[in-house]
Amino acid sequence: MAAYALPFEKPLAELNRKLEELRGFGRKQNVDVAADLAQMERKIAETREKIFAQLTPWQIVQVARHPLRPYALDYVREMFVDFSELHGDRIHRDDRAIFGGLAKLGEHRVMVIGTQKGRDTKGNLEVNFGCAYPEGYRKALRLMRLAAKFNLPIITLIDTPGAYPGIESEERHIAEAIAVNLREMFTFAVPMLVTIIGEGGSGGALGIGVGDRVLMLQYAYYSVISPEGCAAILWKNRSYADRAAAALKITSRDLLAMKLADEIVPEPLGGAHVDPRQMGATLKQILLRHLLELKQVPPDELLERRYAKFRAMGVFAEQPAAAAAPVAAPGAAVQP
Amino acid sequence: MALFGKKKHTSVKVRKRDIPDGLWIKCPSCSEMVFKQELEAALNVCPRCEYHFPFARQARLALLSEAGSFEEWDAGLTSVDVLTFTGTATYTAKLKENQQETGCRDAITCGRARLGRHVIALGVMDFEFLGASMGAVVGEKVARLVERGTVERLPVLIACTSGGARMYEGLYSLMQMAKTSAALARHAAARLPYIPVLTHPTTAGVMASFATLGDVIIAEPGALIGFAGPRVIKETTQQELPAGFQSAEFLLKHGLLDMVVPRKELKSQLILLLDYLMPPPPAEPLPAPAAASTP
Ligand SMILES: [Zn+2]
Repeated sequence: MAAYALPFEKPLAELNRKLEELRGFGRKQNVDVAADLAQMERKIAETREKIFAQLTPWQIVQVARHPLRPYALDYVREMFVDFSELHGDRIHRDDRAIFGGLAKLGEHRVMVIGTQKGRDTKGNLEVNFGCAYPEGYRKALRLMRLAAKFNLPIITLIDTPGAYPGIESEERHIAEAIAVNLREMFTFAVPMLVTIIGEGGSGGALGIGVGDRVLMLQYAYYSVISPEGCAAILWKNRSYADRAAAALKITSRDLLAMKLADEIVPEPLGGAHVDPRQMGATLKQILLRHLLELKQVPPDELLERRYAKFRAMGVFAEQPAAAAAPVAAPGAAVQP
Repeated sequence: MALFGKKKHTSVKVRKRDIPDGLWIKCPSCSEMVFKQELEAALNVCPRCEYHFPFARQARLALLSEAGSFEEWDAGLTSVDVLTFTGTATYTAKLKENQQETGCRDAITCGRARLGRHVIALGVMDFEFLGASMGAVVGEKVARLVERGTVERLPVLIACTSGGARMYEGLYSLMQMAKTSAALARHAAARLPYIPVLTHPTTAGVMASFATLGDVIIAEPGALIGFAGPRVIKETTQQELPAGFQSAEFLLKHGLLDMVVPRKELKSQLILLLDYLMPPPPAEPLPAPAAASTP
C-alpha cells in the first residue's frame, strides 16, 4: 500500500512490508502460507482499527493533508461522468487552484467546482498548493451564476489550506472576491451541496463553501485558522499545533455536534487514501440522497432555509435590554 | 487563511496604553510633540502632519451621529466560551479583561442614529476589544443591524476595524462572515445604501465580508487594509512588500476603494453621499394657487 506513511501509520507500513515478504517467500519457495497470510491480514486490520479509533485532532489534520489522499479531481473522476471543464474568470487568467465545469452525477446535470492540490512539485506549482488567487474565486462565481441561470445544482469539493496570501492577491482584492462570493451564494436558487474533502482552510474554503448542506469527510478538518497559525499566535510557538488543533474543535465529529456540519461522510478504515474507489462511491451515494431531497424544495424556500441555516450559526448570551447596562470599567469613560 | 490574532502585530496596532497619559503626545509620524487637548479637539488627527491617531469607540459614535440621537440596539449580547477554549489563558478570562479595559461587552456597538437629516443604522467597531476580532456577538450584531436596517428602510453605516478572527470561537467565528454577507444581500436587494468606513486596521474575515460589500467604500487616511496581514504575506512569499502596501492610499490607487476621507471631513462626506443615495424628503406642500380659490 502506502508509499508514504504518516508517523502513526508506521506500524501499519511495517506490517504491510512483512505481509509482502511472506507472500514473496511463499511464491519463491512454493510453500502454502495462506493461513499465515490470513492471520497477518487480520493483524493489520486490527492494528489499523486500533490506530484510527483514537486519532487525535492533530493526527486527523495529518490524515486530511496526507500526500496520498484523493484530491478534488480524483472525486470528479470517481463520481461524475462527461465532465466538461470550463476555464477562467474572463478578466485576468485561469486559476488552476480552483476548477469547475459541467458534469453528470447519476442522472443529474450539475455544476461541480473544487479546489485542487498537486501530487508532486510540478503539479503543486501549477495549482499553487491549492491556494487560490482572487481570479479563482471569481471563476467559481462566474460558474455558479451560470449554473443558477440554467437551473443546475452546484456541488463544491473543498480541499485548501486557504486563499493565497500574496502581494498580487491583495492587489487584485482577494477580500472582495471572497466577500462577493459569500453574498452571492445566498442568491442562487438552485440546490448547493458543499463537501469538505480534506482541508477546510478558513476564508479560502468558505469562499466556495456556502450551501444548503455542508458535508464533511470523516477525517477532513475545517478551521478558521490553521492549527500552526493559531499556535504561533496563542502559544508563540508553531510546534504547539497539536494543542491548537484540539482547542479549535475542527474535526468532523466536533463540527457535527456544533451544527456547523450536517453529516459526516464515513471514510474507509485507514482513511480515504486506503481505498479512493470506495470513498468516491460512498460520497456519491450521500450526495445523490441530498440532491434528491433538495430538488423537492421550492426555490424560494431553498433560499429562505439557506439564509436561516447560516443565520443561526454562532453562540452567545443575551441579557434583556433593561439589564444591559455597560459592564463596570474603572476609568473607561472616553473623551469624545 | 492565517487570519492573525491580536496583540502581536505591532505594525498593525496602536493600543491606548501606548499613548502617553501626559499633556503632550509625540506624533509617531512627524515626531512633533502635540498638546493633548489640541489633538482631541482635532478628532485625534495630528494638527502638524494629518496623521490619524486611533479614535475611541465613543468618540467615533459621537462623530457619526447628531448629538443625543444615538439609541443603542442589542446591548445585551455577550460572548460565551462555547468551545471551553484554553490557550495561555481561558477565553472567559480574556473576555473579562477586555470588558474591564474597555467598559464594553464586545467589539462593536450598534444602534439607530440621526446623521444630518438621515436616520441611519450605525455600527462602530473597536480595536481595543480583543483586536476587534469577529466572534458570534460581532457577527450577530452586524446581522441584526443590517436586518433591522432593511425592515426600517435605513441606510447602514459601519465603522470597521479588525485584526483577525476570534480564534477562541473556532469555526463559529468564520461563519460570521457568511452570516453578515447574507444579511447584506437582503439589504442590497431592498435597494438601500450601505457604506462601510475602513479604519486602521481593517483586515482578515471582516475585510473579506461586510467591510468590502459597500455601495460606496470609504477609508481613513493611512489605514492598513487587507485580507492577510503584512507579516503573513512576507513570510509566505519571501518578497519585499511594495512601498505603502495595504495602505488606504495604495488601495485607492489600485481601484479597490471609492475614496479616502480625512476624519474631519468624514461626517459631511457621509451626509452628502446619503443625500445622493436616499430619496429626498417629501417636498413642502405648495400653497393652493390663488386663482383656484376665486369664484
Ligand atoms: Zn504628526
